[in-house]
Amino acid sequence: MLEIINLSVQVGKKMILRDINLVIRKDVPAVLFGPNGSGKSTLLKAIMGFSGYEVKKGDIVFNGKKINDLPIEKRVSLGLGIMFQNPPKITGVKLVQIARFLSQDEQKIQELAGRLSLRNHLDRDINAEFSGGEMKRSELFQIIMQDPQMLLLDEPESGVDLENISIMGKALNDYLKKPGKSALMITHTGYILDYVKADNGCVMIDGELWCVGKPKEMFESIRKNGYGKCKECLHVQGRDS
Amino acid sequence: MSKGEIAKHIEAQEKETLASSGMDASEETRSASFLQKDNRVFFSRSLSSDVEILDIREALEKIPAAKENYGRAFKALNREYPQDTEGGYFIRIKKDAVVQMPIQACLFLKSQGFKQKVHNVVIVEEGAKVYLITGCSASTAAKEGFHLGISEFFIHKGAYLNFTMIHSWQEEVSVKPMSIALLDEGAVYVSNYICMRPVKEIIMYPTAVLSGERSRASFNSLVLSHPNCLHDIGSRAILRAKNTQAEMTARAVSMGGNVISRGHIKAESPLVKGHLECRGLMLSEKGHIYAIPEMETDFRDVDLSHEAAIGKISKDEIEYLCARGFSQNEAQSIIVRGFMDVNILGLPEMLRKEISQIEEQTLKGSF
Ligand SMILES: Nc1ncnc2c1ncn2[C@@H]1O[C@H](COP(=O)(O)OP(=O)(O)O)[C@@H](O)[C@H]1O
Ligand SMILES: [Mg+2]
Repeated sequence: MLEIINLSVQVGKKMILRDINLVIRKDVPAVLFGPNGSGKSTLLKAIMGFSGYEVKKGDIVFNGKKINDLPIEKRVSLGLGIMFQNPPKITGVKLVQIARFLSQDEQKIQELAGRLSLRNHLDRDINAEFSGGEMKRSELFQIIMQDPQMLLLDEPESGVDLENISIMGKALNDYLKKPGKSALMITHTGYILDYVKADNGCVMIDGELWCVGKPKEMFESIRKNGYGKCKECLHVQGRDS
Repeated sequence: MSKGEIAKHIEAQEKETLASSGMDASEETRSASFLQKDNRVFFSRSLSSDVEILDIREALEKIPAAKENYGRAFKALNREYPQDTEGGYFIRIKKDAVVQMPIQACLFLKSQGFKQKVHNVVIVEEGAKVYLITGCSASTAAKEGFHLGISEFFIHKGAYLNFTMIHSWQEEVSVKPMSIALLDEGAVYVSNYICMRPVKEIIMYPTAVLSGERSRASFNSLVLSHPNCLHDIGSRAILRAKNTQAEMTARAVSMGGNVISRGHIKAESPLVKGHLECRGLMLSEKGHIYAIPEMETDFRDVDLSHEAAIGKISKDEIEYLCARGFSQNEAQSIIVRGFMDVNILGLPEMLRKEISQIEEQTLKGSF
């Protein structure tokens, strides 16, 4: 579904990602680990096509179509969607406005908002004075409304309390269980792995992908040994993960 | 006469522009209506026994209070005012009346090149409460023209006036509203100004004089400035009594036009409060926004403050919306609409929705 081929991405004057290769198939969500600043968010943003994330080499291919040069909204219309790590607040723009743009089904909007405890947030300015956890729930809410095939999740559970992680995790799992969906998820805490079935994992270190394996095992190993060990075990780079 | 009578005086090609300035031709949601085209008053009628509404020329002949108050607000500030006006409205709200539906007054520029000059007087008697929507607009035939609108507001003890002025002009029309409000003890004056369509130039500096203790004034404006437009828009509050309060909130978007956003709060008494806020959004490389907040006092125990911010739309906000599937243009438009937030106008739900729809319609045509 999503193929990243020899991708190098520059931000500002700095080459952040080098020769990334990664394949994510439909119905097989993947997990991306890696220390702070290693380039995980950069990869997701480059896939979405945000400005400032310049593809210097390689290709991003989605469902057989090269999307390197498409504007963000075109990539969205092809079926990509991202849950932001730090979404901007937009004064005067209400969460419900975006929800109604994403779905005409008012009942569905209300139901999902209820499930994610966001009923009272619908009429508020988006992300303005949302707490960290509310922001994450609002991101998940929007992305489920958007209904993409391929979900890019940037630390969906960071800063969320355990009860809400459970609510979010279940909602996410229900979504990803639908046929034809897939995801690339960044996680530090690993909590999300308790809810979402993910078969492949890889580790990003210093802008390169290292090590592929079973996410749960990898997470345990990273927890015990830190990221240093990942470099040592040095599996073949992300191809066919 | 039945409701909707006013529609008989509206020609087909005038409908859209009148609606865009807040006219409800059905009169269903209005308690009184007034319509003047160029210098001729076509219609004035009240559907409420608490509201008097008529041509100022007629009022000056028939109603002593009209004569007594005509020019009084200008005298209070030792200011001159043009004498060569033709028409305008006289509105008086009875003591203690709470008028539910707003009053509408439409000043329409019909003929090419016409110079419309009106003088309005509004008296809100003790304890009364009213919403007044004044729509000023020009026909598509009047590409060029001039509008001078003098307004005097007398808000008596404990009374409330919410005055919302909506402008919908044409590219070559010059506009000069001059207004002064006098506030007695405990009076509340909310002055809203909305201008989203092209105009040649608008110069205005409405003033509120808060002479009665505990009176409050707030000025709010939403301005969209198209290329080649000049909006020199200010508001002034003179706080003359203890425990008076003034607030000013301005939102200006330049699509290439020039906006001067002035605000002046003068504390002539101790124990008063004032706050000024101006936000500007630059959408184009051309255009200019100049925010000039001013505050002055001779007293120690006053509380005056201001904040101003001008910038462009953040790329992060645009891209966030694009990542939800909005096009660049749609994203810009939704952000601008959010910025031009009608919630700052202090309107009741029904009127807020109505104004919001007008704004929506107008902005749709602008992007
Ligand atoms: N806009 C930017 N300008 C300059 N450097 C950036 C920018 N965004 C990210 N970086 C740098 O790129 C590297 C990778 O960042 P990021 O992808 O956010 O890491 P991660 O998500 O793995 O924590 C970091 O060193 C970060 O400082
Ligand atoms: Mg990150």
